Amino acid sequence: MNIVVCAKVVPLSSVTIRIDPATRRMVRKDVSQELDPQAAKAVEEALRLTEKHGGSVTVVVMGGEDATIGIRGALAMGATAAIHLSDPALAGSDALGTAKALAAAIRKAPFDLVMCATESSDSYTGLVPGQLAQLLGVPPLTFATSVTVEGRTVTIKRQSEGGYDVVSAELPLLVTVTTGINEPRYPTLKGIMGAKKKEIKRYTAAELGLGPAEVGESGAREKVLTVGRPPARPAGTIIQDDGEGGKKIAAFLADLKLI
Amino acid sequence: MRANARMPRMDFQLTEQQELIRKEVATLARSFSLDYWLERDKKAEYPWDWVKAFGKAGWLGMIIPEAYGGSGLGVTEATIMLHEVCASGAGTSGASPIHFYLFPPMPVIKHGAEPLKEKYLPRIATGEIVMSFGVTEPNAGTDTSRIQTRAEKKGDRYLVNGRKVWNTNAREATHILLLARTSPRDAAKPFGGMTLFFTEFDRSKITVREIEKLGRAAVDSNEIFIDALSVPAEDVVGDEGRGFYHLLDSLNPERIFTGIEAVGIGRAALERAVQYAKDRVVFDRPIGQNQAVAHPLALAWAKLESAELVCLKAAWLFDHGRPCGAEANTAKLLAADAGFEACDAALQTHGGYGYAKEFYVERLWREIRLYKIAPVSQQMVLNYLSEHVLGLPKSY
Repeated sequence: MNIVVCAKVVPLSSVTIRIDPATRRMVRKDVSQELDPQAAKAVEEALRLTEKHGGSVTVVVMGGEDATIGIRGALAMGATAAIHLSDPALAGSDALGTAKALAAAIRKAPFDLVMCATESSDSYTGLVPGQLAQLLGVPPLTFATSVTVEGRTVTIKRQSEGGYDVVSAELPLLVTVTTGINEPRYPTLKGIMGAKKKEIKRYTAAELGLGPAEVGESGAREKVLTVGRPPARPAGTIIQDDGEGGKKIAAFLADLKLI
Repeated sequence: MRANARMPRMDFQLTEQQELIRKEVATLARSFSLDYWLERDKKAEYPWDWVKAFGKAGWLGMIIPEAYGGSGLGVTEATIMLHEVCASGAGTSGASPIHFYLFPPMPVIKHGAEPLKEKYLPRIATGEIVMSFGVTEPNAGTDTSRIQTRAEKKGDRYLVNGRKVWNTNAREATHILLLARTSPRDAAKPFGGMTLFFTEFDRSKITVREIEKLGRAAVDSNEIFIDALSVPAEDVVGDEGRGFYHLLDSLNPERIFTGIEAVGIGRAALERAVQYAKDRVVFDRPIGQNQAVAHPLALAWAKLESAELVCLKAAWLFDHGRPCGAEANTAKLLAADAGFEACDAALQTHGGYGYAKEFYVERLWREIRLYKIAPVSQQMVLNYLSEHVLGLPKSY
């Protein structure tokens, strides 16, 4: 089974993210980056599937030159190979542009299963997986809290408000995984050493057959109009315990229909 | 960037692999909580879970050559690893069990005969062998040439008798790197005539007496009494009589490693202090707004940064096969002071709470004090620099 994992490389979670007021984009220059912890879960799930069923895991990343650190991270976990889409012509792509680039790269080799995080942990649009499935012409099975494969049938537990739905489809298809699906492994030192020797294929926009009408700043139809802070949270309710505190808390929770 | 052969190279950028090592060690190390370490310290328990986690992920085999199951990396990578280990808050309790896989094997790697390497290195790489380091003696101290432990050759074995002190890890060790005299001290060549062994820690011949101490209760320090320990000749490291010189390949990395540990511990304490200085509000403002609180922390950062640079320079020199005695000693000297100052400033920043165990810095403060004494005292480092770098007359 050939699994392709679409991953993003994002600023380290310990870094305070800054937004460039002119471009309204996140400042990534000179910021330490890592494999998106959400994407690491997709990599982990893919590795578990190939450990069980055989096959390969190819990681596809679109990002600047310094994204290789995150790509090596995925290779150190055990991914077989990687594709890096790094080209100034791709910078500034919106979600659809990103999906087009990823789809073009994925189509360059036979694949069975495409796996993505539900959304990235830096910009959280959650748009790419759906667009990618459409472009690849495969069904998306989203919000998976578990994935099993039997023959050509993939079954996921799809997280829903009240529990989960069980959804199945035939390969090839795309799966998005949720945060809770697994705990990604720590790369071993041997894994890190081995990652250095694994090939990272690189494609430019032109090699993907994509031009300025589709990708990059010029191809983007999404525009960021303003960036602002979320509204401050209203002050909470403080209940003084005058002997009736428990009852008041119970009444408060009952009002919210929590009990 | 212009590539120019005449342009001297001065590169402070870690390689991608080194960056990954830094990140992954930090992630693994930080998965062990500060409470985990507090408890190990309180119960004086060896951190087995910790050592096993590092062994499982292959970190213990870092400097063991690939041919013997390790990763064949250098002192630079090991320095990066130990920095992250200590910066996680694991302190000396976490660093000591790991650094034993990093410098004691060095003489075996560099000078050991092929059968010795094959016998031991693969088991060191997996963490199966737990090492102890037996050099210092109660009647010799820093004057290693005066050690009294003797190894007498009997056929194809040596019979070892004597005692060692400050023997770390003897409670858990399966093996020991042991220095013994094989011929009497010759005043003209005081460092000759000593032989280095890497051999099994035979508990029927070695008695261990633990020394209670100020910090690092999790990792034991001991006095050991060796009574007729029989060592096969194949366990000699390198050449008979040249043990001290072989050991030097261990001592410079040891200074670099302990230096970077002190830096890492200082950083862990500083991290907590900075957070506390931001959060703790007294007189209607965070205490970190007061320069009397902020400046010692800023100064601590600056000193840690400079000490780290010397550690990395010394590591780079060692890995490039260049002399690094001055730098390795300087690294340990500056780092021990910088680390101590950082921990002390961190404790002071916490006020009364700094004295409480639940704020974690007191353990770091106790542990960091060690580095001004071990593996060599600050004073002996200054003696070394006076004599070997400045060319001043030897004082002792």
